[in-house]
Amino acid sequence: MRSSTFRRSRRSRRLVAYAATAALATSLLAACSSDDEGGSAGDGKITLNVGTFGVLGLKQAGLYDEYEKSHPNIRIKENVIERNDAYYPKLLTQLQSGAGVNDVAAIEVSNITEVVQTQGAKFEDLGKAKGVKKSTYLDWKWDQATTEDGKTIGLGLDIGPTALCYRKDLFEKAGLPTDREKLAKEWAGDWDKYVALGKKYMEKAPKGTKFVDSAASVYNQVFAGATERYYDKSGKEIYEDSQGRKDAWNAAMKVARGDMSAKLKQFDPTWDQGFANAKFATVACPAWMAGYIQEKTGPEGKGQWDMAKAPTDGNWGGAFLGVPSAGKHKKEATELAVWLSSPEQLAKVFAKQASFPSTPSAYASLKPSPATKAYFNDAPITELYADIAKNIPSAVYGIKDAQIGQSITDIGVLQVEQQGKSPEEGWEAAQKEIKDVLGQ
Amino acid sequence: MSDTAEYAETAPPGKGDAAPAATGGKASRTPSPWRSRLYRWDIKASPYVFVAPFFLFFGAFGLFPLLYTGWASLHRLELTNLDDSTWLGLDNYTNLLQSEYFWNALGNTFTIGVISTVPQLAVALGIAHLLNYKLRGSMLWRVAMLAPYATSVASASLVFTLLFAWDGGMVNWLIGSVGFDPVNWRESSWGSQFAVSSIVIWRWTGYNALIYLAAMQAVPHDLYESAALDGASRWQQFRHVTIPMLRPTILFTVVVSTIGATQLFGEPLLFGGTAGSKGGADHQFQTLGLYLYDQGWINGHLGRASAVAWLMLVILLLIAAVNMLIARRLRKDR
Repeated sequence: MRSSTFRRSRRSRRLVAYAATAALATSLLAACSSDDEGGSAGDGKITLNVGTFGVLGLKQAGLYDEYEKSHPNIRIKENVIERNDAYYPKLLTQLQSGAGVNDVAAIEVSNITEVVQTQGAKFEDLGKAKGVKKSTYLDWKWDQATTEDGKTIGLGLDIGPTALCYRKDLFEKAGLPTDREKLAKEWAGDWDKYVALGKKYMEKAPKGTKFVDSAASVYNQVFAGATERYYDKSGKEIYEDSQGRKDAWNAAMKVARGDMSAKLKQFDPTWDQGFANAKFATVACPAWMAGYIQEKTGPEGKGQWDMAKAPTDGNWGGAFLGVPSAGKHKKEATELAVWLSSPEQLAKVFAKQASFPSTPSAYASLKPSPATKAYFNDAPITELYADIAKNIPSAVYGIKDAQIGQSITDIGVLQVEQQGKSPEEGWEAAQKEIKDVLGQ
Repeated sequence: MSDTAEYAETAPPGKGDAAPAATGGKASRTPSPWRSRLYRWDIKASPYVFVAPFFLFFGAFGLFPLLYTGWASLHRLELTNLDDSTWLGLDNYTNLLQSEYFWNALGNTFTIGVISTVPQLAVALGIAHLLNYKLRGSMLWRVAMLAPYATSVASASLVFTLLFAWDGGMVNWLIGSVGFDPVNWRESSWGSQFAVSSIVIWRWTGYNALIYLAAMQAVPHDLYESAALDGASRWQQFRHVTIPMLRPTILFTVVVSTIGATQLFGEPLLFGGTAGSKGGADHQFQTLGLYLYDQGWINGHLGRASAVAWLMLVILLLIAAVNMLIARRLRKDR
């Protein structure tokens, strides 16, 4: 008798142990597989995750708060990754696995072709969503996010009409004209004139300053105005002979070889410091950069920065919003994406952040915030960017645009600018890198 | 185990309580075939159930990725389309072995590994020796030693990136005040490797020092006393008592540091800033870890990246084998 109760109690204890182990194991596994962020919370609210990179300005302009107020059942959570080169691989993995995808995902313009061509099936067709009209958006912006069979996987947020920002105070000290109209006229149409002005600047440059922040910035800006980029219409790589690439490369080489650059790498912490310490006099200025300059230069820069039309007009950067099909709340996410990329909301982002909308109907009513205007010495920001936006060339984007561009600026240009190699050596290194990127 | 197993087998007959066994033996036996079988199964299986979680996790997060990576390394597999793979055989490997970027990364990993591990362990040994003396506030010193290790890679690397900035960085300011020209730390080949290893050294020296300290405190005190009686100076004590007694510990830290150096990733990535995975304009500090990341996640060639991962495993196994040989040698010598 005694032995049997002993046995039973042992067994029951063991059963408890099994149960505990099983519970532990399942709960641990569950913790791994279940997505603790998304889904409906206990209070019946739906949480929508918005994946973004850098500063898109949606949050800064208070759009999420506004949407939450008018939609009491929705809660919005923004998952920001500072740099697109870290954000994009993550977006791809999420799309591939279908796990952990954001309900709404931003896509950068240099990746849009790859996303359209390889991930088209994994996105909702926003072209057919309620309240979306193709005519609201710039044609080329709409086409960039549309697959061959007519599915529109992303709605345009901002575009990157590109001006030149310059420091009035430094220009003055170097004995250059400071009037934006005059400057624009002086270098209009030709980057060589811009470089020539740079030479003049360097002759009398205030101590410790250079004409531009980096040669890569010049490359990117000249390239932004190119009609011929890295790919032709059939999707073949033409980066070696592309006129746009050659022009941009040559301009960048002149700046790098002429010792006109502060040799900073864009988006590095030291570049940010360069803004704060007034290390350079000009910087390529796509609309989204205006907010960045304001933030990094800080209050001391108020009224010192100004902006003028660049030698050539172009588009650098810009973003789209898409709705991954693997998301849990596709209906609500679509509504949010449509609302966020509507002209009225994009105008609010412009007011706050100067990111330029991809919806022309908003242009008439655009107003930058008084603070931003004052920061740029009362430059006519709206008119300037709207004018440039009209001249943006229609350009063909390719599948590996982002990676090819990075190989050229971060390998080729940098070798010449910072390692003192010849332009030929730099270009050779960039070419080799591109071949590696393309897997050739 | 054998104890309980015996108990299970012999328990049902009621060994030891003969009286009830004789009368009620049948009654208590009726359910026994089924129950004892269950019981035996229970005893055999329960240990496996208890260790199962480990194996489940190992299978999910260790074995499966390993095998999948091996499979992927034999295919053309792109990040943009994981459902579509074409068989390549060993092409990924032969391509890698012909790629100068791979050899460059391997070389960098080796040089950065050496110039970070050797000074790191030497300094750690010295610090541990100092901490081993009676010190005022020794606890404070020990905590201070561990502080860099507790700092995240990201913040440490960011601070060092700023220190080594070529224009306006503190290091260049210092060497400038002594009269030297500023060095472009990131874009020069030795400068960048030195900068990266300095981050590693800063983070790991204290950690290793504490391991050495723990081992030193296990060295019997009489050894030092008798050495002192024999007239050995502190340096001689360190050389002839401490180091020999610490040999296994040193070997252990060498192995751990070597593995860490082979997988070096976060520090150079963040030191590189934008496009950090390239490891500088000339790939001058691109380690194998960075090369893997660049291939897989920036260029999107997961098959090639998997091949890099497997080659790294092979290299680690080779290092382990060499290490074992040396360890055996050392043991024989004693």
